[in-house]
Amino acid sequence: MASTTVTATTNVWSGGQSPFKVSYGKLMMWIFLLSDAFTFSALLVSYGMIRYSSESWPVPEEVFSAMPFYHGYAPLVFVGIMTFILILSSVTMVLAVEAGHRMDRKGVEKWMLWTIIGGLTFLSCQAWEWTHFIHGTGAGGANLQWNEYGPPAFAAFFFFITGFHGTHVFSGVVLNYIVYYNTVRGVYDRRGHYEMVEKVGLYWHFVDLVWVFVFTFFYLV
Amino acid sequence: MDTANAHVAEAHATEAHEHHEQSFIRKYIFSEDHKVIAKQFLITGIIWAFIGGMLSVFFRLQLGFPNMSMEWLRPLLGGWITPTGQLDTEFYLAMVTMHGTIMVFFVLTAGLSGTFSNFLIPLQIGARDMASGFMNMLSYWFFFVSSVIMFISFFISTGPASGGWVIYPPLSALPQAMSGSGLGMTLWLVSMALFIVSTLLGGINYITTVINMRTDGMSFSRLPLTVWAFFLTAIIGLLSFPVLLSAALLLILDRSFGTSFYLSEIYIGGEALPNLGGSPILFQHLFWFLGHPEVYIVLLPSLGITSEIISTNSRKPIFGYKAMIGSMMAIGFLSFIVWAHHMFVSGMNPFLGSIFMLLTLIIAVPSAVKVFNYITTLWKGNIVFTPAMLFSIGLVSFFISGGLTGIFLGNSALDIQLHDTYFVVAHFHLVMGSAAFFGMLAGVYHWFPKMFGRMMDARLGYVHFWLSFIGIYLVFFPMHYIGIAGFPRRYYSFTNFDAFSTFADLNTFITVAAIITFFAQFIFLFNFFYSIFRGKKAPANPWNSNTLEWTTPINPGHGNWPGEIPKVYRWPYDYSKPVNKEYAAKMTQEEIDKMPDFIPQNVPYSETLETNLPEENEKIKLEVKEDDDTIVVDPEK
Repeated sequence: MASTTVTATTNVWSGGQSPFKVSYGKLMMWIFLLSDAFTFSALLVSYGMIRYSSESWPVPEEVFSAMPFYHGYAPLVFVGIMTFILILSSVTMVLAVEAGHRMDRKGVEKWMLWTIIGGLTFLSCQAWEWTHFIHGTGAGGANLQWNEYGPPAFAAFFFFITGFHGTHVFSGVVLNYIVYYNTVRGVYDRRGHYEMVEKVGLYWHFVDLVWVFVFTFFYLV
Repeated sequence: MDTANAHVAEAHATEAHEHHEQSFIRKYIFSEDHKVIAKQFLITGIIWAFIGGMLSVFFRLQLGFPNMSMEWLRPLLGGWITPTGQLDTEFYLAMVTMHGTIMVFFVLTAGLSGTFSNFLIPLQIGARDMASGFMNMLSYWFFFVSSVIMFISFFISTGPASGGWVIYPPLSALPQAMSGSGLGMTLWLVSMALFIVSTLLGGINYITTVINMRTDGMSFSRLPLTVWAFFLTAIIGLLSFPVLLSAALLLILDRSFGTSFYLSEIYIGGEALPNLGGSPILFQHLFWFLGHPEVYIVLLPSLGITSEIISTNSRKPIFGYKAMIGSMMAIGFLSFIVWAHHMFVSGMNPFLGSIFMLLTLIIAVPSAVKVFNYITTLWKGNIVFTPAMLFSIGLVSFFISGGLTGIFLGNSALDIQLHDTYFVVAHFHLVMGSAAFFGMLAGVYHWFPKMFGRMMDARLGYVHFWLSFIGIYLVFFPMHYIGIAGFPRRYYSFTNFDAFSTFADLNTFITVAAIITFFAQFIFLFNFFYSIFRGKKAPANPWNSNTLEWTTPINPGHGNWPGEIPKVYRWPYDYSKPVNKEYAAKMTQEEIDKMPDFIPQNVPYSETLETNLPEENEKIKLEVKEDDDTIVVDPEK
């Protein structure tokens, strides 16, 4: 039987190929991140609305002015360090992806491990900050119903949004660990490509980017 | 780049090994085949549709025959029938709530998109399956678990959620407010959270499949309008459902963990609650940011299905293919910036109200484009009145009559009078409820032969159509009238108001019509299940349609096409294409009359010289012959 093909397909959109030259898995990750961005946007917009309609709001520098092993006044220093660690872990993730492109298994292992350590450090810092925030300065601290620093909504949003972000970081660490484990076992070497590293990389950068916004809204403005 | 190719190679490698027999469980229950998953969605959707419809009959009975004895329902509803034989007032609200939730989410989102996006996207774009069969399977099973949880909520002692399908706090946030806001509301939220996960898994798959897996030649400008509609629907769902997720999560915290995101300064039972600083309006904004796009998530797939069916059965190209796509895109975009027209009376800044009114009324433009295109496609068509075609035309009718009242409701000033009256109920039941339902039914009648390899009985289809079509108008037309008179929604009883007692007859009439319409659906139910097993065997292409799904075997197996995937050379609407001047002179009238009135998408231009337009003859140069054996298709070359 005769079959006819269109050879001079000049356009990447004319079918038979992926127009963005990406595998379906990577495309799915992008689309999922777009959707997750809307979840976070909705939460941050809610935060903005409640804050705007509130009569008073605490000054973040006053609230987050403590850091471990130091008893003086250190406004936003600790959270600055946290943010720096998370951004650094994004850098190591970039290096892991780059090593994956070169099929450098040892390199991927090294940089994935640093990324995981960065993520865990961030989570530990967050745990310390939450603990400090909950215990407070002697006026009852803060929880979901009570907030010594100002309106309870501030604490409720703080716990919920940083907690929701923390959950994302945590699942990111878990995913990174699975990819690290598979790398060590040589799964991607056998598969012939390190695309999984790229996929978790996308997620990790997204979680990082979200933190930039959370940091801006809760600590800076 | 290499990885993308590696994946394609991988996919091809697995295809070759896919033909072994699968166990019953892998084949029909935990199946990763898009066609089986589509049928799972369809049958679950049908079950939910009957549950939702039955609820509406129960509460219509209360409205049509106030205080009638419901003693006969006691075996089914038990304690929800009061000792005097009346319907429990709180359970009335629960039924209204569940009717809305079930119909909007479980039937017209999961049942409609889940069925037809899954079934038609791979078949119509020429793909072996969805991008990720595993995620597709998860999508159904999340929906299934969500369904089970919602169903369980009917059987708990405090009853299912009762705060309306919009679950506005504080009513839904405070268990003290009504019995349905207790465990029932918690189950509602859990069920909806799972439902959102299911929708996202499905949506990510639909979008990726359409972008990445179109067959050779299937450019976006050759996609059937069905696939365009499913694609845009998935994008809308992907961007709006996460916002509902955020809203639901905050509501869960308010309900169970003592926060005050939506609550402030509330006295309940004479007692002041400690909650301060929240805003119930915030919830309404978040909810309607999903809620309004949801209307189009429900409607767009039906409009896509209708485009396809009307064009096929008018034996005419769809009028304004690009205008159809453009108007769907415009509707999709606008759907995100009109949500506050649901909140005109919620205490919004009137200036903001006028902006949302303007944006809302702009939606009338693309909607009208679509309606005119349907009518102009029908105009002078060689119409074949299949049941699917009748339902599609019915959809257009509902879309017009329901859409016109949308222009009334979009006016912030008129909305003060009409808000939360039966006018609104009539409006959205016509324009989105019944229209989307008719699109779904049209799709079932049209693609049933592809799904089950058998035909549905057309005569039963006609009876089903006319009873439903007339019944729906008899139910919802009178509602406009009582709505303008101020008759409020969601009221258990209107007999206490003198002003509304004159409408008692009309309400009885509506109820009788609703019962008839509901029972007409059993004709469909019988036809559907009977035809699966006993229907007439279907031919390969029963409607002489152009799209790729009809090039598969009558019962397509795993992988859809046994050999190579067909390539696509033309758009899907080459119906009744006239013979060009060059050939008309050479051919006799008899020969011209004998030409088929449709040219499937996989037929190259080099094989249709008689009907090609000059610019299409140019495209032949791009089609290169690869003769792998001796048969010469086109003797002129």
